[in-house]
Amino acid sequence: MTIEAINKKLNAIIYFNKGVSATQSGTPIAIKDNICVKDEPTTCASKILKGFKPPYDATVIKKLKEAGFALLGKSNMDEFAFGSSCETSCYGPTRNPWDPERIPGGSSGGSASSVAAGIVPMALGSDTGGSIRQPASLCGIVGMKPTYGRVSRYGLIAFASSLDQIGPLTRSVSDSAMLLNVISGYDEMDSTSLDLPVPDFTQSLVNDVRKMKIGIPKEYFPEGGIDKEVKKAITKSKDILIALGAEPVEISLPHTEYAVSCYYIIAPAEASSNLARFDGDQYGLRKDAKNMVDMHMGTRTAGFGSEVKRRILLGTYSLSSGYYEAYYLKAMKVRTKIKDDFLNAFKLCDVILTPTTPTPAFKIGEKIDDPLKMYLSDIFTIPANLAGIPGISIPCGFTQAGLPIGLQFLAKPFDEEALIRVAYTFEQNTDFHKRKPKI
Amino acid sequence: MKDYEIVIGLEAHVQLLTESKVFCGCSTKFGLAPNSSTCPVCLGLPGVLPVLNEKAFLYAIKTALALNCRIQDIIKFDRKNYYYPDLPKNFQISQYDKPLAYSGYIEIEHNNAKKKIRITRVHLEEDAGKLIHEPGKGLSYVDFNRTGIPLLEIVSEPDISSPEEGSAYLQELKSILQYLKVSDCNMEEGSLRCDANISVRPRGEGSLGVKAELKNMNSFKAVRDALSYEAKRHVELLRKGERIVQETRLWNERKQITELMRTKEETHDYRYFPEPDLVPFTVDKKEIDRIKRSLPELPQAKKKRFIALYGLGKYDAGVLTRDMEISNFFEETIKLFDNPKKIANWLSGDIASILNERKITIGRTRFKPAHLAELLDLIHTEEITGKMAKEILPEIFDRGISPKEIVRSKGLKQIKDAGELASVIDDVLRENKKSIDDYKKGKVNALIFLVGQVMRKTKGQANPKIVNEILKKRLEGGG
Amino acid sequence: MPNKKTIDEKTVKHVAGLSRINLSGKEVKLYQRQLTGILGYINKLNELDTKDTLPTSHPLGNLKNVFRKDSVRKSLSAEDVLKNAPAKKDGFFKVPKIIE
Repeated sequence: MTIEAINKKLNAIIYFNKGVSATQSGTPIAIKDNICVKDEPTTCASKILKGFKPPYDATVIKKLKEAGFALLGKSNMDEFAFGSSCETSCYGPTRNPWDPERIPGGSSGGSASSVAAGIVPMALGSDTGGSIRQPASLCGIVGMKPTYGRVSRYGLIAFASSLDQIGPLTRSVSDSAMLLNVISGYDEMDSTSLDLPVPDFTQSLVNDVRKMKIGIPKEYFPEGGIDKEVKKAITKSKDILIALGAEPVEISLPHTEYAVSCYYIIAPAEASSNLARFDGDQYGLRKDAKNMVDMHMGTRTAGFGSEVKRRILLGTYSLSSGYYEAYYLKAMKVRTKIKDDFLNAFKLCDVILTPTTPTPAFKIGEKIDDPLKMYLSDIFTIPANLAGIPGISIPCGFTQAGLPIGLQFLAKPFDEEALIRVAYTFEQNTDFHKRKPKI
Repeated sequence: MKDYEIVIGLEAHVQLLTESKVFCGCSTKFGLAPNSSTCPVCLGLPGVLPVLNEKAFLYAIKTALALNCRIQDIIKFDRKNYYYPDLPKNFQISQYDKPLAYSGYIEIEHNNAKKKIRITRVHLEEDAGKLIHEPGKGLSYVDFNRTGIPLLEIVSEPDISSPEEGSAYLQELKSILQYLKVSDCNMEEGSLRCDANISVRPRGEGSLGVKAELKNMNSFKAVRDALSYEAKRHVELLRKGERIVQETRLWNERKQITELMRTKEETHDYRYFPEPDLVPFTVDKKEIDRIKRSLPELPQAKKKRFIALYGLGKYDAGVLTRDMEISNFFEETIKLFDNPKKIANWLSGDIASILNERKITIGRTRFKPAHLAELLDLIHTEEITGKMAKEILPEIFDRGISPKEIVRSKGLKQIKDAGELASVIDDVLRENKKSIDDYKKGKVNALIFLVGQVMRKTKGQANPKIVNEILKKRLEGGG
Repeated sequence: MPNKKTIDEKTVKHVAGLSRINLSGKEVKLYQRQLTGILGYINKLNELDTKDTLPTSHPLGNLKNVFRKDSVRKSLSAEDVLKNAPAKKDGFFKVPKIIE
């Protein structure tokens, strides 16, 4: 099957860049539609940005171009990255290559689906609450969220500025390490990128976890809160690593249960402000009207989908006068507690092992009308964003129905090397990453 | 008005004199083609991030220290959210609960009395763009060149008790900022803007009256006029027993009145929260001390020194030190011509009026301290008269050449020779018989008139002292 | 945290206005119900004592700033500035009039 035919079934790539084909020299790569590519459509899968072509390249895009990558096109996503299922795109839902009736995860669903289906060997995504790791897990590939500040956010259309981070989605851990080498580093255009030396991550592709302390947080295996098959696969994965010489350590991250609440105050609040600029004045959609307020109202009402509106309303509410201290300030304090949990845990272990998601991929439409249920599917990925720490999801098994299951590792800030090493070792000693979906 | 007390607080916005904008590298030049000094960052395009201009921050700290403020331990920025087409992101990066500096004061001198006006806060933010309205068509045009120019907001406590005192405060603030070279404070070009809070209360009353916020005052005069108008309006309302409503009002320069803009109920909900794209940071205490030590001599200190060192009066010293360039010019001239009083008179008199007329600062002219010293020397040595000096002054400004050169090329010279003057004096006495009679009747002014006539006939070249002497002799000698 | 379990329709309308979004009567009802559900869950944070906890507004918290030097960089070309503009004239962005 041709790339175009596969894509037609999955709706993973929404725009193929002019003059770039998968056969040309340079590794083809798909770019999530919220990363600016100069003079190519960049729309965040939203009607409000229809026709928008940025007059500049994101820093990661500059780096990819300099490194000789072939930018194949833009991958589908939840509108403005608000979602966990890739269903809220204005271009329609992306499908999971393992079962087209199911979601690929989100918000970087197009990136995950296209890599899993072999449309591209690798893709860039962005992760605000699990948006790289969760779809990677549900599509059976490798997805990595680097430490906040490791990769420049300049040119990433912001969802929640204090949580967003760009990262790789690939078929192997070594590809992720290689891609991370290309996109990492301090950027003078991003004050939140950190001026630290970037190690050669491929040096961490070492098949050895002897003496590595692996923390197992009891809060990530809640009774009844996790699918049986997922739990079994994660437990088995832990045993595999122990057999390879890793040392398990029981740890506790006591504030885990507050992470989703905390996140759904901070992320929508920042988003409500970040998305205020989409008003029809300078670019994108404009619904003409006689005066400014009506034009802004008309444009935003027509341009945003319902999940985007829901989060803007939620975020505006929690920031508005009378509620700021009760919600936003409270959430920032709880964020401190969640961060401290991790800092304490990493005194006892090198990496933390958890499931990436509580369940395998669910059916398209299954949770779309129940936002809270949808939000809770990111329960295991959100804490890393709140704490700013790096995380990786790798394939670790399949359900009886043949759906992939993902294993997540978390490490202390700027210790992506530990993640790569443990993930690589697991991958080299298992076969899950070799299985391919039939399309 | 005497039964009422006026309470005023001023909020000044000052554009800082950096080369580039506060969060991006676009030029801050004034008067460029629309939108030609913009980039993705200041246009607020999707995906962009701000990075703080170091100089803008240093200028802000410098100003805060000169205003005797305390510097915040942790510097952070906040977003102020509101929709307006001159604000491309629909939020302004500003500082909310932790302004970079707070609790300062300025000392002003007004009606011969010194007074401290306390400064509540100083914070750094980005300027907005400019809107040009086309009223007939229901359209507006947006120019983002001004967007992102560093803006310092300086808020005073309500310590000001008259429009004149408000003006003196603003003048002192402007002088300090110019001394620091952090802003050119041009109200016409908008690099200094001022809003005011004003309320009145019966004298002796403890609690404050209901305040009005005044905007759109674009000159020192406008600030004074708007405050006077508004104070009177409040007093009249109170006298009539009416209630004052808290509201924002605009100064209408043409009608010379304030007009309602919005009431308190319509005030915005700005939804401030910490700017996540900028990292909170600390400033090294040593760095603050270093900046403090490097502050230049400020206007009030210089004024005191001028009085003590040069024997100038308070008024003269005040006029000279208000403008740093003038005060420097003064001291440069003294090195060449040691008569402070004479230099001061010229600087605050004829030179000031030329600068006013031409709307230019002395630094931007071709007139230099050496020129003034030479000119004063020519008068002192009686080469030329004061009147001649005044006449050639504009030419020195125009051409930037030495006064001696002009005197020589024009053949200007004082006539001091009594013989040469005698014939002119004869003519004048013949033509003004009445003045002679007047003088004899005791009218001293007649003599002054006659001297003037001689000066006129000699085109100002006659030495007035000699003319005076000869005339006196002739009149009293009965000749 | 307010113990009010619900966010009422008036608040939904007010917040929509602040966000410059129009909502139909049906949407107001829907969002009122959904936001009440979400806020009900979020109220879980009330269980935590945060009296002595400092807020984290930023995950790094290294308190070191990165400045840029005050030097002028090239601005965008006139063409690029207005390339995406829905309406423009003589180098300006054109927008409908403002009524306060």
